Amino acid sequence: MRTDQLIEVLSTNVEPVTRRWIDRALIWTVVAGAVGAFCVMLVTVGPRSGVGGAAELGFLGLKLLFALGIIGPGVAYLMRLMHPGRDARRPFAVLLLPFGVIALAAVAAMLAGPSATRASIFGTQWALCLVCIPLFAVLPFAGLVWALRQGAPTNLRRTGAIAGLVAGALGAAAYAFHCPDDSLPFIAIWYGGSIALAGVIGALLGPKLLRW
Amino acid sequence: MTDIRLTELELRPLMIASLEGDADAHKALLTRLSSRLRAYFKGRLARLGRGPVEAEDLMQEVLIAIHTQRHTYDATQPLTPWVYAIARYKFLDYLRRTMAARNAVPIEETTEIVAHDDVEGVESAFDLKKLMTVLSPKARQAIQYVKLDGLSVREAAMRSGMSESAVKVSIHRGLKTMARSIRRGTQE
Repeated sequence: MRTDQLIEVLSTNVEPVTRRWIDRALIWTVVAGAVGAFCVMLVTVGPRSGVGGAAELGFLGLKLLFALGIIGPGVAYLMRLMHPGRDARRPFAVLLLPFGVIALAAVAAMLAGPSATRASIFGTQWALCLVCIPLFAVLPFAGLVWALRQGAPTNLRRTGAIAGLVAGALGAAAYAFHCPDDSLPFIAIWYGGSIALAGVIGALLGPKLLRW
Repeated sequence: MTDIRLTELELRPLMIASLEGDADAHKALLTRLSSRLRAYFKGRLARLGRGPVEAEDLMQEVLIAIHTQRHTYDATQPLTPWVYAIARYKFLDYLRRTMAARNAVPIEETTEIVAHDDVEGVESAFDLKKLMTVLSPKARQAIQYVKLDGLSVREAAMRSGMSESAVKVSIHRGLKTMARSIRRGTQE
């Protein structure tokens, strides 16, 4: 095929392009993913009973804040990554920030708190946490892969990793409504760990799922 | 640096017009980009001992990508990095599937892609008719009517009994499928 033939084909009846619809699609996918993860939580482990105390609400808020600290910059970064030529290194550090902050807070809490360090690390359901967060992240991750495929990411491993982190954080936000373990070390290790795990899985799947 | 500025001045307005649906601007844009991409890929591939036909294949694949992914261009940004990122992505993808050593890819400047023109095209290894056979009947019909026969989307919709948006989606998917089969064609 000659190139002028191809150009002729491509430029016959060119449709106007809707501006920025992939950005909107990404945001709606995240919202849908959050709702989806919450519903999966409702039908599997169910919400925590007897949330009402200030301490419980405080920790729920903290867990959600930790998740939001990853979701917010992560989505902003994905939005750049799905447009060719807009990749940047800096936002990656911003994404590590919530992990660093929660780790420092956990260390500080353990140094200050006199008793029951073991209990504050393992809580009552660390294993369930480690299973549930990646599980709740599956639906949001599938949605994110769909949304990212509407764009044209050129760094597939990095895009996959960020998508995994965002999906993991959405899963963590959903799990927070069930989680009975209220301690900083617990959040840092099990929430942080399972979100990071989701990020690693995303990085491994990215090159396969996002190729175009 | 003047070179890249000239390119922006010349090509970015064409891109913005083409996003509005201006077919002439789209054609002018693709024509100008094709000669720059040809020069770029010929240079790259020559260093790996590959000929102008491979360069033409790759360039055509990038042209289709530029066309089907043009909604990912942010009109507030310069055009050159966008084109470069797509060309580089397709080049790396090409190297990966042709099993060339990854470390043969030199790190080069964004500006290199717009630095040269090469208008002497050869024929690529693909045949449009053959490429059309890999499409679903719907996509084939939509591309035949709108892209080859030059019917409007509305006329094509009436003639094929599809809705207008279904025609548009079929064309978009069809072009992507064609790009994919081009990619497979260069696997050997």
